[in-house]
Order: sequence, then structure tokens, then C-alpha cells
Amino acid sequence: MIEIRLHGRGGQGAVKAAEILARAAFYDGKVVQSFPFFGVERRGAPVQAFTRISDDVIRIHSYIYEPDVLVVLDPTLIGAEGVNILDGLQENGKVVINSSKKPEDFDFHGKNGIKVFTVDATKIAIEHKLGSASAPIVNTAIVGAIAKVTGLVTIGSVKKAIFDTIPRYQEKNAAAAEATFNQVK
Amino acid sequence: MKTVMNGDFAASYGAMTSDVKFVAAYPITPQTLIVEKLSELVADGELDASFVKVESEHSAMAACIGAQAAGIRTFTATSSQGLLLMCEVLHWAARARLPIVLANVNRAVAPGWSIWADAQDSISQRDTGWMQVYAENNQDVYDSILMAYKIAEDNDVLLPMMVNLDAFFLSHTSEVVDLIDNDKAKEFLPAYDPEYKLDPKNPRAFGALTSPEHYFEFTYKMFEAMEVAKKKITQVGKEFGDIFGRYYDMTESYKIDDAETVLVTFGTIAGTAKESVDRLRKEGKKVGNLKIRVFRPFPAEQIIDALKNAKRVVVIDRDYSYGNEGAFYTEIKGALYDANLRIDTYGMIAGLGGRDVSTTVIKEIVEKAETSEPNKTYFIGVKK
Repeated sequence: MIEIRLHGRGGQGAVKAAEILARAAFYDGKVVQSFPFFGVERRGAPVQAFTRISDDVIRIHSYIYEPDVLVVLDPTLIGAEGVNILDGLQENGKVVINSSKKPEDFDFHGKNGIKVFTVDATKIAIEHKLGSASAPIVNTAIVGAIAKVTGLVTIGSVKKAIFDTIPRYQEKNAAAAEATFNQVK
Repeated sequence: MKTVMNGDFAASYGAMTSDVKFVAAYPITPQTLIVEKLSELVADGELDASFVKVESEHSAMAACIGAQAAGIRTFTATSSQGLLLMCEVLHWAARARLPIVLANVNRAVAPGWSIWADAQDSISQRDTGWMQVYAENNQDVYDSILMAYKIAEDNDVLLPMMVNLDAFFLSHTSEVVDLIDNDKAKEFLPAYDPEYKLDPKNPRAFGALTSPEHYFEFTYKMFEAMEVAKKKITQVGKEFGDIFGRYYDMTESYKIDDAETVLVTFGTIAGTAKESVDRLRKEGKKVGNLKIRVFRPFPAEQIIDALKNAKRVVVIDRDYSYGNEGAFYTEIKGALYDANLRIDTYGMIAGLGGRDVSTTVIKEIVEKAETSEPNKTYFIGVKK
């Protein structure tokens, strides 16, 4: 079983990203589970969402404390007060960050076997006119990058999941996912 | 057909697959999605039923009672404060012997105001005459609703059934759910055709004044029906499994044969406990899990059989009967006493108000039982 924890801010679509990822894995024949952190959501506040992907039945129903993969939709959350993104990350864990920086620019890259991957999902979301230029919605874009660096889901299933999950602008969202899939480093 | 959906939608589709003809419900977090989906299914013509908007949960149940008494299969859903507001009419539905099915999203009771998982709502309605199921996952929610109608509508049962699902841990969690074809569902659950119903062409009196000469027997009849229901639940669970490949019973034992410590759990905690059992066994601990899937009627015989060889019985309650202990703990001990089984028991109150019960917490609970005085109640993870 692979456990993925997503960190974002209210309004960025972290919960939907977790759901798209789960649905894509389901289309690839996996058993899946996805859920938000059960809080009171406010725009801009730190939020978490979770996805489990497994070959067997998933019996566990609790939050994810020791993820294999971390996804950061907003890089300003790294080092932010009261948020410890890296909490519980497994040795050799992967971290996918929405950032214009290089993986080496993050001091935890390479420590404990942690591998950082970056992609400028914000820029790609703006290019695809997802959300507004001041508050772009990066959730669909980031899933493309997750697909590429983890190999957990195929990009074809990600696109299908986007079509089945997002009510509008499906083409643009799927194109954004494809773009991050090709650009993530 | 397999798909991915949250527990609330699994409840809505469970009602649709059961071909309900009448839905009256009032929205309350985290049950709201159940009602929204059902109203959508009715509006889109996918579900051929009347959807009645009401002004409260009391009215929702009252409307269901009216429709069900007229011979129509009904469904409603609620949670927490909403279930409590239904209390008076919950009793009415059961004593009128109306096989209504209700999905309750287990949520804490206020104050402090809370929308999170806790079984205090349904536990406090334990003595209303409703059968109670506690679902472990979304497939269980969906399947249990279909089975609930089959059990409740049995002529020798005729009692309402409540299918409980944990707030958020199921209601807002997406999982794989295998939906049943309508035709296959109809074979398993034929159309509702009660022997007695409100019918202007054949007038009868319902709910009349009942003197001490007869009231007592009405209650005795419910005792008999609950006893029958125990057998029917097992029987229907097996029949369901033979057709659809997923088997259900009142309880489910997991690795208890050689277990020294047996956890007794219900709801989503049961699933996490099974995962914990596997992890603890890797550390060399002989642990097992007994899931209580049905709380009313109470499966005492199955519980005795499952626990008879245990050294320690550790009951995890996501509820608390004020002034005593966890509700499940009391009843488990009662069953053991009846069987002359003097086993060390531990009442563990955990997860109240949505506090997460992770595999780490369950490990703590097992360690606590191993090192604490037996036959006592402990609150797990209290902040001092």
C-alpha cells in the first residue's frame, strides 16, 4: 500500500487532486481511498488531503502519518509556522513540489534518501487559464507531475479521471496535467 | 459495476438499488450529500420515487411512517442532533412494526458543537426498537442497506433498521464500491408487499389506545421478532454472499483462534484494528479482532463463541454511557457473564468527537491492556 499526503491551501484544490489521483489509480486496476482532512475549510488556510493506493483491500480508516509520497501545492507552506510538511515522511520518500525552483534548492533533497521533484504548476495553471491569475487552481496540473515521478498512475488514467471528476474546462485541465507530466524535474 | 464514491453516496445508491419509493429527509452535516444525491437521482428520473422536503428530522420520520404504513418502501437519512430530534417517532416506527430503513452518519452530540465521528447519537437511540448495523467501509454501507430491507420486511421480523456509518471516515471518504444491477437486486429483494397496510378499501385501525391487557404482548412480540431477526441477519448475509460474493454476518472474527488479546470493535475502527492485528502479530503479539457489525439485536451467542478462549478482551467504544462505561463494553461483559466466562476485560473509550483512532492508537490500547488493571474503563489519549 502506498500512502500519499497532499498539502495545499484552501481553494487550490488539494482535495480534488487526491480524488483524481485515487480515481486514476482505480482506472489502472488498483484499490483506492481518498479523503480530505476533516476540518473547517477556509480559503488560504493550510489544508491536507490523503490518497491510499493498494493491490489489496484497504482496511485502514485513519489519517496518513507516515506517507511514502508528499505533494506540496503551495511552496510557502514549507517552513511555515505550525506546519511541518515533512512530518513522518518515509525514508527514500518522494516529495513533489509546485515550485519554479530546482530540487537541489530544497535542503531536504537527498537527506534520508528523500528525493525532491519540482514543477511550476502555478505557471502552467495560469497558462491554461485555470482559476484566476492571482489565485490559480493547480490541482489538476500537479497530478500529472505525481504520475510522472511516482509511476503510480498512467497519464491516460489521470486525464480520464479529470474528465470524470471536474465539471468544467476538462480539456484545459487535462492539458495542464499533461504539461506537468512532461516538465517535472 | 465498480466505481469510486464516498460513503454518503454509497448510502444514496444503496437506497436506489433497493428501489425505495418514498424519501423524506432533512439535511445535516455530514449526511447532507446523501439527501442531495437522492434528490438529484429522483429529479433526473433515475430513481422512481417521491422525494418530500420536510422542515425537520421529526417530520422526516413521521412522513416515512405514514408512507410505509400505506405499504410503500421508504428511506431516510440523518445524523447526530437530527437523529435525536427523531427519537419520539423512532419509537413509533418500531412499535408500529414498520420496516423503515434509515442511514445514520455517526456524529458527536453537542455541546461542544462537533460535526465529527462519534457513536453517541445512535447509541443513545439503542432502546427505540430499531435494529442497528455499524458499517466498516463504503461497500458495507451500500450492501447493508439492501440487506436491511430484506431483513426488516421479513414477515416474522417487521422491525426498522438503522445503518450507521462513521462521519467523514466513511461519509466523506472515497472508496471503491461495487454497485449491483437493478435486475439482480430485484431478484434478491422483491417489491415490498406488506400483509397489513393503510387502505381505504379495507379499513383497519393502527396505533390505537392499548390497554394493559394488550400492551405487554406487543412488547413480547418485538422480543420474539428480535430473536428471529438474529437468525435472519445471518441467513440474509449468507444469501447475499452466495449471489454477490460478499458475505456478511452479525459479527466478524479476524485471527482470533490463537489470540490471547482480542479487540472488540465496531465501525471504521474495526478495519483499522484488523490492520493493527497484522502489524502487532509481526511483533510477536497474539492479537485478534472481533467486529460487532450488528448491535441490535445483540449477537450474544456469536460473541461468546468468539471470545471463549481469549485471555484478554479489549473493547473499544467510540461512545460513553454517562455515569457507567462504554455501551459495547457493558454488553460484552453481560454476554461473557451469561456464559460463565470470567475473562479479564478492558473498556477503552477512544476516538470521541472525531479523534483519530490510528494503528498507533490501537497499539497503545493493546499495550495499555497488557499493563493495566482489568475490569476497568480507560479513556485513551486524554490531554491533561
